[in-house]
Amino acid sequence: MLLIPCPYCGERDETEFSYGGEAHIERPKDPEKLSDAEWADYVFMRPNSKGILLERWVHSHGCRRWFNLARDTVTYKIHAVYRMGEKPPRVPKTDYV
Amino acid sequence: MTQTFRLPEGGLIDRERSLGFRFDGSSYRGFSGDSLASALLANGVHFIGRSFKYHRPRGIFAAGYEEPNALVQLGEDPRTDPNQLATLVDLVDGLAARSQNRWPSLDYDIGALNNLASRAFPSGFYYKTFMWPAAMWMKYEHFIRHAAGMGQSPRERDPDRYDKTQAHCDVLVVGAGPAGLSAALAAARAGARVVLAEQDHLLGGALLGQVGDTIDGAPALEWARAAEAELRALPEVRVLERTTAYGYFDHNFLTLIEKVTDHLVRKPDHLPRHRLWKLRAKQVVLATGSIERPLVFRDNDRPGIMLAGACRTYVNRYAVKPGTTAVVFTNNDSAYGAALDLHGAGVEIAAIVDLRREVIGPMSELAEAAGLPILADHAIVATEGGRRLKRLRAAPMDASGEQVYGSGEPIDCDLLAVSGGWNPTLHLHSQAKGEIVWNDELGCFVPGKASQAALSAGACNGDFGLASCLAEGAAAGQKAAAAAGFKAKGRKKATPKATDHGFLPARWLWLVPSDTPLGHGGKHFHELQNDVTAADLKLALREGYRSIEHVKRYTTTGMGTDQGKTSNVNAIGIVAEATGRAVPDVGVTTFRPPFTPVTFGVFAGRDVDALLDPVRRTPMHGWHQRAGALFEDVGQWRRAWYYPKNGEDLDAAVKREVREVRRSLGIMDASTLGKIDIQGSDASELLNRIYTNAWKKLEVGKCRYGLMLGEDGMVMDDGVTARLGEHHYLMTTTTGNAAPVLAHLEEYIQTEWPELDVYCTSVTEQFATISIAGPNARRLLAELTGDIELSPNAFPHMAVREGTVAGVAARVFRVSFTGESAYEINLPASFGLAVWQAIMTAGEKYGITPYGTEAMHVLRAEKGFIIVGQETDGSINPIDLGMDWIVSKKKDFVGKRSLTRSDMAKPDRKQLVGILTDDPETVLPEGAHLVERLEPQPPMTMLGHVSSSYYSPNVGRSIALALVKGGHAKKGQKLTAPLLDGRTIGCTIVDPVFFDTEGDRLRG
Repeated sequence: MLLIPCPYCGERDETEFSYGGEAHIERPKDPEKLSDAEWADYVFMRPNSKGILLERWVHSHGCRRWFNLARDTVTYKIHAVYRMGEKPPRVPKTDYV
Repeated sequence: MTQTFRLPEGGLIDRERSLGFRFDGSSYRGFSGDSLASALLANGVHFIGRSFKYHRPRGIFAAGYEEPNALVQLGEDPRTDPNQLATLVDLVDGLAARSQNRWPSLDYDIGALNNLASRAFPSGFYYKTFMWPAAMWMKYEHFIRHAAGMGQSPRERDPDRYDKTQAHCDVLVVGAGPAGLSAALAAARAGARVVLAEQDHLLGGALLGQVGDTIDGAPALEWARAAEAELRALPEVRVLERTTAYGYFDHNFLTLIEKVTDHLVRKPDHLPRHRLWKLRAKQVVLATGSIERPLVFRDNDRPGIMLAGACRTYVNRYAVKPGTTAVVFTNNDSAYGAALDLHGAGVEIAAIVDLRREVIGPMSELAEAAGLPILADHAIVATEGGRRLKRLRAAPMDASGEQVYGSGEPIDCDLLAVSGGWNPTLHLHSQAKGEIVWNDELGCFVPGKASQAALSAGACNGDFGLASCLAEGAAAGQKAAAAAGFKAKGRKKATPKATDHGFLPARWLWLVPSDTPLGHGGKHFHELQNDVTAADLKLALREGYRSIEHVKRYTTTGMGTDQGKTSNVNAIGIVAEATGRAVPDVGVTTFRPPFTPVTFGVFAGRDVDALLDPVRRTPMHGWHQRAGALFEDVGQWRRAWYYPKNGEDLDAAVKREVREVRRSLGIMDASTLGKIDIQGSDASELLNRIYTNAWKKLEVGKCRYGLMLGEDGMVMDDGVTARLGEHHYLMTTTTGNAAPVLAHLEEYIQTEWPELDVYCTSVTEQFATISIAGPNARRLLAELTGDIELSPNAFPHMAVREGTVAGVAARVFRVSFTGESAYEINLPASFGLAVWQAIMTAGEKYGITPYGTEAMHVLRAEKGFIIVGQETDGSINPIDLGMDWIVSKKKDFVGKRSLTRSDMAKPDRKQLVGILTDDPETVLPEGAHLVERLEPQPPMTMLGHVSSSYYSPNVGRSIALALVKGGHAKKGQKLTAPLLDGRTIGCTIVDPVFFDTEGDRLRG
């Protein structure tokens, strides 16, 4: 079970949180201008990266706030935590095959 | 029988406390401090079970958690435990154990015929024999399960209590052998908060089974006792004995099972039987020791054949002679310690058979000095004896180690102590995703790089000597404490002095040759619990299996309750040799939790019955109970389902309730509806973006029905939202979706639209909601309020008013889910019951009828109103529901773009329609499939399914809602519902509104 550093509450068990998928995928400002493929890409398609992923979490059984993690999807190591709207931190490059 | 094989003195047992116990109906005695296994051995009982597949007699093989054979059934139903290791069961007075896997009895076992017919049971036997025909599997399985069963699970409910607890520490030390004790001391002395977990009830690990080792010049166990005393005196140290760390998960989260009362005859009421520790450690020191590896030779499975280290443990710890005349069979130095200890206990050593070409080393010198006969460069080629080993033959080997010369000399013996080297116990390291690497010199896998904050120390790290264990443990403890922020203060304590006795040199022979070819006239077992032989492995390889994971599954090697603790490395070695690969190229199979079996009860803990899931009740719950309501679960809520009168069944009660609502007046508890208070200058903007329809022009004091979609365009929830003020709304959600809808709103507010000035608060439980519906609803409400003007013009349908009802401040919504003129009265929850009772009293003259969720479902279905989750399933959009009237063309909202994707325009999408059966009295079952063309038998092309179906007394016939492919264009078409029971029901597609299609009653 992951130990997640909520930026508002501190370290808490994973069971207190909900996962929100990949971060920094902004909802298109004008969806009507997008082709079906472009819209489907926004709604459904994610690269499912192996390595460090910037992802969203919400502390649903705590402060109920959303935030971002930089987490390695292979080792599960959490490299950084940052709030919504903040710039993603620099994280080490991973070179998994 | 008296304890014939008990040594007159010694051992860590309490001879003052004699305990009686039973095994397979016979009575025996043992001592406090015995395990069931040691007590049986003290009474000369070796034959303890039959093997899984061939039903061969099997005896006690080990002395600890690695035991593959000695599985027993403990106790009687309902307090019975199958597959318990006799080696780990603490002897208690009155203990009753039975052997397993034999029928009708251990001595006369019918399944033993399997052994005679063993040629018929090669690896993959089940797959090959029982593949076809599939229908026969049910018959085969009955006999297979009967013949090959392990123990029996209890038939009754577990009467014991289990507990779970959370814990945190700076340093967790797993294992209290010399390395673990040393690590715990070092970490604790630095000031770290330490948990030391030991599966045994005594601390000391391997030291408990050995004598002769000294630490700082004194017997090693004295050092262990001093260490234990020091640790127990430290306030920041918790010592957990009888506690197995069985799982190592992400971010140093470990699970441990503590067996709290199994060893007690009188079990105090306040203690749970087992306790699950969910422990988060900053640093972990693994000091889990090692497991002795057996040798794979012909007929190596008879009772009386044991691991050499186990023999030492029985002699030294339990003061038990495991035999009278022993042969020791080894490829390394460590078994000489066993030979010497057995010899010292008065066991005659008939021979030490050593696979090594030359016997050198300090231990063999001691043996020679003691006059023990050593047969170097020899192999044991055969064993004899039915229920106990009687004789064996040892023959010289050729230089390659692949053949023997001759058939060997017979040696009479009743004990064979075997050692094939040692395997570090890597399980937790590997569960934590640590690397595993092969060490050629030690001939075993050792931990590589850890992937979490963990250090391995001592034998589990491949450092087998006592001095190395002490030094490495101390270093690991210190390092772990430092990493957790505790630097050692003051002068460092000197590492205690001891001598290293490793087990090298060794000769690695994965398969010991015999005088007959492999698989002929005898079996080379590498895996005792599942009865898998070297010949089985080779057969699997011949049949094309290469990956060790596939070989494992095909032969079932390592798949027993012991998870191959004594067999896996030998299997890997044999496969490597047979395929000409190096051992590391074959690799290891995955280590998974639990390390040793864990009782199911402990996972449930106290979360059973009423504590399994919270039950939510409305403020009026007690009234419904007194009124005789039956309840249904809606999420965690208990909702009144129907209120039977005078012995009515569901149908009769619901018919009455729905008739009365339409005739006069009904009352329903709607408190479970989700309620979200939304405030802020951008509240309207939020609703406009979330709901499919427009919200900005909704007047204060008015309500609007809204549909909420996911970004994929599918219906997520619906409900009525009221504008209470310029910047203030109250949203209602379906009962089950209250929490997901709030989460949905918060997600968009926080992540996509942080610029919006809007706040959402759940107020579901703060308000009680009473719905009154029917032609007399307004008349009744008029009697209970003085300050709300109720005329249709002043308070029209879809409006909200604030005032008092029965003297209590209330918000009244004129909304309807029944199609009747209806009011939902929201009150502070604590006044809910009082106002409900006031309404009931005032409503008597109208024959006010409380109705439950079932009647509500019928009433809304008569009107064709959907229920999210019943008419929708995550693949239904508003257009499918025929609700395009609520979908704005002008503004954007969540899910809008998805509605114009090409898939959404497909003509064969499932669409909501009404269904009328040809026979008005027939009610379709919900879930029934609908077909256009009936075939004599399935498969048939299915057009859709019935989502709601009821008998409606108000319409005077059965009605149903269904989702049918292209249904909107098929009004009037005939369909058929073929049912499971063979009936076929003819029906017609109609419009989904069955009652008051113009909506006059609603607005009246």
